[in-house]
Amino acid sequence: MTTAETDAARADAEAGATAPRSAAGNPIGFGRMLRKEDARFLRGRGRYLDDIQLPGMLHGAILRSPFAHARIAAIDTSAAEAHPKVTAVITGATLESLGLAWMPTLSDDVQAVLATDKVRFQGQEVAFVVAEDRYAARDALELIEVDYEPLEPVVDARRALDPDAPVIRSDVEGKADNHVFDWESGDPARCDEVFAAADVVVRQDMTYPRSHPAPLETCGSVAHMDPVTGKLTAWITSQAPHAHRTVYALVAGLPEHKIQVISPDIGGGFGNKVPIYPGYVLAVVGSIVTGAPVKWVEDRSENLMSTGFARDYHMRGEIAATRDGRILGLRVDVVADHGAFNASANPSKYPAGFFNIFTGSYDLQAAHCKVTGVYTNKAPGGVAYACSFRITEAVYLVERMVDLLADELGTDPAELRMRNLLRPEQFPYRTQTGWEYDSGDYPRALRLALDMAGYDELRAEQAERRARGELMGIGLSFFTEGVGAGPRKHMDILGLGMADGCELRVHPTGKAVVRLSVQTQGQGHETTFAQIVASQLGIPPEDIEVVHGDTDQTPFGLGTYGSRSTPVSGAAAAVVARRVRDKARLVAAAALECSPDDLEWEHGRWHVRGDPSQGRTIQEIALLAHSSLELPEGVEGHLDASAVYNPPNLTYPFGAYVCVVDVDPGTGRVAVRRFVAVDDCGPRINPMIVEGQIHGGLADGVGMALMQAIAFDEDGNCLGGSFMDYLLPTAMECPPWELGETVTPSPHHPIGAKGIGESATVGSPAAVVNAVIDALEPFGVRHADMPLTPAQVWLAMQGRPARTDIAVW
Amino acid sequence: MQVTMTVNGAEVTRDVEPRLLLVHFVRDHLGLTGTHWGCDTSNCGACVLWMDGEPVKSCTVLAAMAAGRSVRTVEDLARDGELDPVQQGFMQCHGLQCGFCTPGMLMTARHLLDRDPDPSEATIREAISGQLCRCTGYQNIVAAVRWAAEHPHGAAEVDDEAVTQSAPAAPGEGRSETEVSA
Repeated sequence: MTTAETDAARADAEAGATAPRSAAGNPIGFGRMLRKEDARFLRGRGRYLDDIQLPGMLHGAILRSPFAHARIAAIDTSAAEAHPKVTAVITGATLESLGLAWMPTLSDDVQAVLATDKVRFQGQEVAFVVAEDRYAARDALELIEVDYEPLEPVVDARRALDPDAPVIRSDVEGKADNHVFDWESGDPARCDEVFAAADVVVRQDMTYPRSHPAPLETCGSVAHMDPVTGKLTAWITSQAPHAHRTVYALVAGLPEHKIQVISPDIGGGFGNKVPIYPGYVLAVVGSIVTGAPVKWVEDRSENLMSTGFARDYHMRGEIAATRDGRILGLRVDVVADHGAFNASANPSKYPAGFFNIFTGSYDLQAAHCKVTGVYTNKAPGGVAYACSFRITEAVYLVERMVDLLADELGTDPAELRMRNLLRPEQFPYRTQTGWEYDSGDYPRALRLALDMAGYDELRAEQAERRARGELMGIGLSFFTEGVGAGPRKHMDILGLGMADGCELRVHPTGKAVVRLSVQTQGQGHETTFAQIVASQLGIPPEDIEVVHGDTDQTPFGLGTYGSRSTPVSGAAAAVVARRVRDKARLVAAAALECSPDDLEWEHGRWHVRGDPSQGRTIQEIALLAHSSLELPEGVEGHLDASAVYNPPNLTYPFGAYVCVVDVDPGTGRVAVRRFVAVDDCGPRINPMIVEGQIHGGLADGVGMALMQAIAFDEDGNCLGGSFMDYLLPTAMECPPWELGETVTPSPHHPIGAKGIGESATVGSPAAVVNAVIDALEPFGVRHADMPLTPAQVWLAMQGRPARTDIAVW
Repeated sequence: MQVTMTVNGAEVTRDVEPRLLLVHFVRDHLGLTGTHWGCDTSNCGACVLWMDGEPVKSCTVLAAMAAGRSVRTVEDLARDGELDPVQQGFMQCHGLQCGFCTPGMLMTARHLLDRDPDPSEATIREAISGQLCRCTGYQNIVAAVRWAAEHPHGAAEVDDEAVTQSAPAAPGEGRSETEVSA
């Protein structure tokens, strides 16, 4: 990075406090700005998937398997076909004849669009009905007769590789077990040496149970294959419209230029809307078969039981340290439950995502992880729910292990962390598993969090309460994420490199349109990206239209997930705006009859160095660029540019969290009293939006730690198939969030920004769990798996915490 | 069957199936898509609208049960182009992200403020406790309702200082340490 670029990043960081205001009162650059998109949402004028109505549109519904594992002996659709409002009934056999019964997953496996040979999880797609209205489509599902022959299911991930386990993937030739992959990272031999020489080694098994992002809007699609033009228009609740379009082209053999994927307003994604689901494909097939547009929208149970789940990591952690509290090494053995098909959405060279960032925020001498992926008779998925490609699991593991070590050593967990955190002078820091952390001042963030929480006073209060028999707990977590995937040399999905395009056009009157490859599911891109362009060009953000979510209108890119929008697409927006600024300089020089080298940029204006009165604003330049002004050779006129941003590295946001809980000794109920979150995501483009992102993630953390889990019974029945069973936090479970910040710009990002979308979801569950375990110290509780429901806490108090991934009756 | 009801002040009559849910009636038959649907079990509250002045989960009400009654949806909150103070509060305090829960939250908030013009934070949390938001962690929704309580006539009376003070998401309110020597 050059000095000039460092200076630019510094100037941008400082601009947060000093950005000039537009006539409308908005920052021309970074700063709090009310959201543009709110205007339509507040009036009920958002346009979500299910709001789309097309002339002649039909409605699809999916028949799903009641069994986790069963052979399909026969399907009789005759009664459904005879329903007066039914237009088509599609089964696996229909699709097989079209060569569409199986589709590729984003992890290079295949998944059944509709089951042909057997069903492999409860809720799997078996048949698709297209009817005149949504009620009739559901009625017709009841008329389909399926003859199932139940098979023994594989429910327990830890037993999926037992020699006598039933083989789930009989569709794969020669497959004799339920093994998906083995993946290792780090140096096992070095780990052995370090562990052998350590004073203290602490081991713990822990499960990060299956969870589900459950965006409030479920998944759906409206597909319209125009029989005349041969063009497919597919509105999809997709976080990655361009990737979806390319996969459709590859799968169905449709020409890519005849496919338009539109992500309309999306009611939350959190990773749930990255994969391609059978329902999307079925809507397309339904439209091809009927010649009419077909809408398919899943209900909540379908969403929870069949679409991308998260976590389901069964971990054995070991941490080695000296007696005086120097952490030496960390190793972990993981069984990763991938469900019936390996459909997790992560960069292809990383089958366990970025889990090998599990060394966390500490300076270690050795580390090693081994992850074994297994098939089970459960819904496919794994990488979803704001996890930054499995960093959630990694942070949970290391932060629990550090607390266990603190307990073993009799050291305060804050002190143990402070002693072992990376020091500012160690950056850029290469971890034992190969990540290069870009920048950070970890001790400062932890000190700020402890200070805000009043940590010493809290410990004193805890001692007093304990003396009275009250259960109060204080939990810490410190996290480092790697986000903004990623460098295309290393990171791709199905061979598509993870670079992002961006296009910017300034109209003659100085208003602009910026076209992104990513789109918003609530993150406020229409505001933030206008601010990024404003910060580089000086055009007020209200004069910049942000276009996104439509593959016909936007440049290619891999989509919004893994906190990659600002790190990758935000960088592309800054780069493209700088290109426009450079072009504007040439136009201004022509107008001012001077050399471009004699011009100096002030916010929104090029002027002659030493004579600021001689200059042209960006708006004046825009008009000049479209005028009859004679431009120098090589300058084509007009004011636009495009860019593809290929990130040189990930960005590494980090944070320090403190959670305070009170546990009811009689019922085991946990109340989160306080939650202090210090986040460092580099310069904050719009602090209001950043804080909103953090708030939501903290609520996720409380939910996962205390309430949410998708468990199964021994027959493979999903026990979290509705909001009656899968509990999400309401306003009553969430405390007022107390936020703090440090700002350490990324040295390699054009505006220094690091990304924030998933930080709090990644970092907060460990803080809550650590607080609850801390509260239970009088009972000698070392560990209990999430979710720490009243029942689980009560069992932990009795010394027998339960497994939370499967029901043990 | 034929149902007649008043929706946002206008009388409407439609032929519907007896089993038709009110949420589908307003969305699919009247095109009022501001009211959303989010679960099968009356847990999420994305479908909250008013029936005879009371918030109801319209996924749990048949259109036939609304016959002869008065229904009000989010589309009716803004009057003469002016946003209701609760709508303004949600904008000022960043009380919405994806926007999917927002109409239901707005309808509940308006009802709360009509009964209790100065609710405490605890009262607000309880009032919205039958509704889920997956984006905001609720804090800014609570702040948004408080903003509306403090500005019963909306933004006309608001000066910049008041906006900043009542909006918890304002920068500088939390703790900040800036390091720019990257």
